[in-house]
Amino acid sequence: MELKTIKTSRVPVRYFEGGSGQPLVFLHGAGRMNDDLPILEPLARKFHVYAPLVPGYGDSEECPELFDMLDFTLHTWDVVDALGLRDPILVGFSMGGMIAAEMAAIAPNDVSRLALIAPAGLWLDDHPIPDIFAMMPYDLPHYLFYDEEAGARLMTPDGDMSDPKFLQTFLVQNARQLGAASKILFPIPERGLSTRLYRIKARTVLIWGACDRLIPAVYAQAFQSKIRGSSVVMIPEAAHVAPYEKTAEVVAAISGLE
Amino acid sequence: MRFTWFNLMPWPYLPDDFRTTRRSVWVDIDSSLFDPVKAHDLYNSYMDLLEYAGTLGFDGIGVNEHHQNAYGLMPSPNIIAAGLARRTDDVALVVLGASIALYNPPVRVAEEFSMLDCISGGRLVAGFPVGTSMDTNYCYGTIPGLTRDKYRENHELILRAWTEPQPFAFNGRYNKLRYVNIWPRPVQKPRPPVHIPGGGSVETFDFCIDNTYSYSYLSFGGYIRGKQLLDTYWERVAERNADASPYRAGFAQFIAVADTDAEAERLYGKHVDYFYNRCLHIYPGFADAPGYRTIKTIQKGVLSQYTPGSLFEPHPWKELVDNGHVIAGGPETVRQRMEDLIKGLRVGNIFCMMQIGNMPKDKCAYSTKLFAEKVIPHLRNLFPEYADDGRFWCHPLSKRAVPGSLPAEAPSEAIVGAD
Repeated sequence: MELKTIKTSRVPVRYFEGGSGQPLVFLHGAGRMNDDLPILEPLARKFHVYAPLVPGYGDSEECPELFDMLDFTLHTWDVVDALGLRDPILVGFSMGGMIAAEMAAIAPNDVSRLALIAPAGLWLDDHPIPDIFAMMPYDLPHYLFYDEEAGARLMTPDGDMSDPKFLQTFLVQNARQLGAASKILFPIPERGLSTRLYRIKARTVLIWGACDRLIPAVYAQAFQSKIRGSSVVMIPEAAHVAPYEKTAEVVAAISGLE
Repeated sequence: MRFTWFNLMPWPYLPDDFRTTRRSVWVDIDSSLFDPVKAHDLYNSYMDLLEYAGTLGFDGIGVNEHHQNAYGLMPSPNIIAAGLARRTDDVALVVLGASIALYNPPVRVAEEFSMLDCISGGRLVAGFPVGTSMDTNYCYGTIPGLTRDKYRENHELILRAWTEPQPFAFNGRYNKLRYVNIWPRPVQKPRPPVHIPGGGSVETFDFCIDNTYSYSYLSFGGYIRGKQLLDTYWERVAERNADASPYRAGFAQFIAVADTDAEAERLYGKHVDYFYNRCLHIYPGFADAPGYRTIKTIQKGVLSQYTPGSLFEPHPWKELVDNGHVIAGGPETVRQRMEDLIKGLRVGNIFCMMQIGNMPKDKCAYSTKLFAEKVIPHLRNLFPEYADDGRFWCHPLSKRAVPGSLPAEAPSEAIVGAD
């Protein structure tokens, strides 16, 4: 994968590109720590993958003009346009799933294949989503990973969540990234998507870790009931970060859209 | 010098094991610890103390805003200030302040401050904090990444609402108002004096300098630690070629006075301990929502609070007094240390936090009286060259109404009909 920059009317956008085949756009989640290469590289063996970063993520420039859900949605369409893509397979994980669902709802004729991996965007009073904005770093493995110890080792070199070097990087990155994400996720990660999901025409697959402790799997049914003809792929022994934990299964589910 | 007697209004009934059995004093504080009947007494005692301070020669009495917080029982400082306006005579009402990013629309703040200024006859000193992350983001749901932008817009709207003589339309991002035309309007012209509580960002320094607002550093860290921040402020004031009036700055300080230093420890030690070791037990996940603070501030910050099981180190009396978190002792000790504070930080406004933790009202009144009688008189004229600087303080009407001036007997029909 190669990290590149593309101009859009609002802000230069950083994106990963690699592979060949049908174009696929991958939108990352809010808690993005390092890069999404563990899922992007396997995807790139089947597709021509484009994975843009939300402004403020990674080393990308922030974009204060993005204020709300509509701004995020249209901005991401601007990125797709700037990349010269038409009807790419649209894949979104967590916050990226929320954005992808909005994109497909707002421009239903421009998206024919949609994969949402544990997307945010709905809220069920009986199943409140834990507050990622109030979590301590050492809380995260519990909410994100099926195997918490393995998760901690994924986040830090030796699984030590108190390592000062890790914390320094994490807190700065978190402030920048979640600061940007807060515009569509804080304090409740819901911006009216449920009233727009009916517009989606894309063939849609909902991919979920069966043991998701952040956005529990019951949300899969909530999405499915609102997106006509959508299917659910429930992955056992995986939690919120299924793309990292069960990469092959997630890639297979996405490939089913071809 | 201007001394404001300030009451945070802490809840004094947190259990001994609060720190080990509860997660946080703020945001998700255990509501079973609240007792409205006790609160009835407490609010009245706390307001009594504020009113009492107003009779002792303090220049102001002060209140502030917190939400879902067991050390600050004033979600609405204006309600307390309204009560105080009626029961006090010539003391300034310092509302430090209304967290203006939280009001929708914020003309409500312009209106309520105008009401307070009218009721009190121009005794209002207004404050516009950005608000802590706990209050602003976690309790009131303001988006962290937009908090400062919303603050900026709301401030502009309030200022215009106070000062523009004609109705105007305001097309903001967060406020769409066709007819802004508040009624009533403040007594003080063009506006009441404004103090801004800040945490050290250059942007806030500049905001105060540009608007002729007083910069207040309200922390519980004491004056020795506060010096570094105030030094940076004064450097900035000089860089911007503003005058160095000490009234451009304010500082909040815990103060406890007794006959002797030993007596102060004996009388107040446990209440100070209650504040520092129970009231400040805040879940660190609520301290700083991502996007609320600038990256630069985070890079300077301490990391230990983010590690699991970070051990709590109790703060003993000696440490808190030596480090200046609390200025406590006999009158002479307190005078000396206050002088160090005032001169060292160059601050003309002191917010005297004298109701500390679970201190009962008789002790608080005692400490307050000693401070007013034996300390303040020696500190009054530390900045004689700026004695006439009225830019940062209220200007009450010279002739003010007397509350409760109805005659004891109901007026006769003849008088009612006379007009």
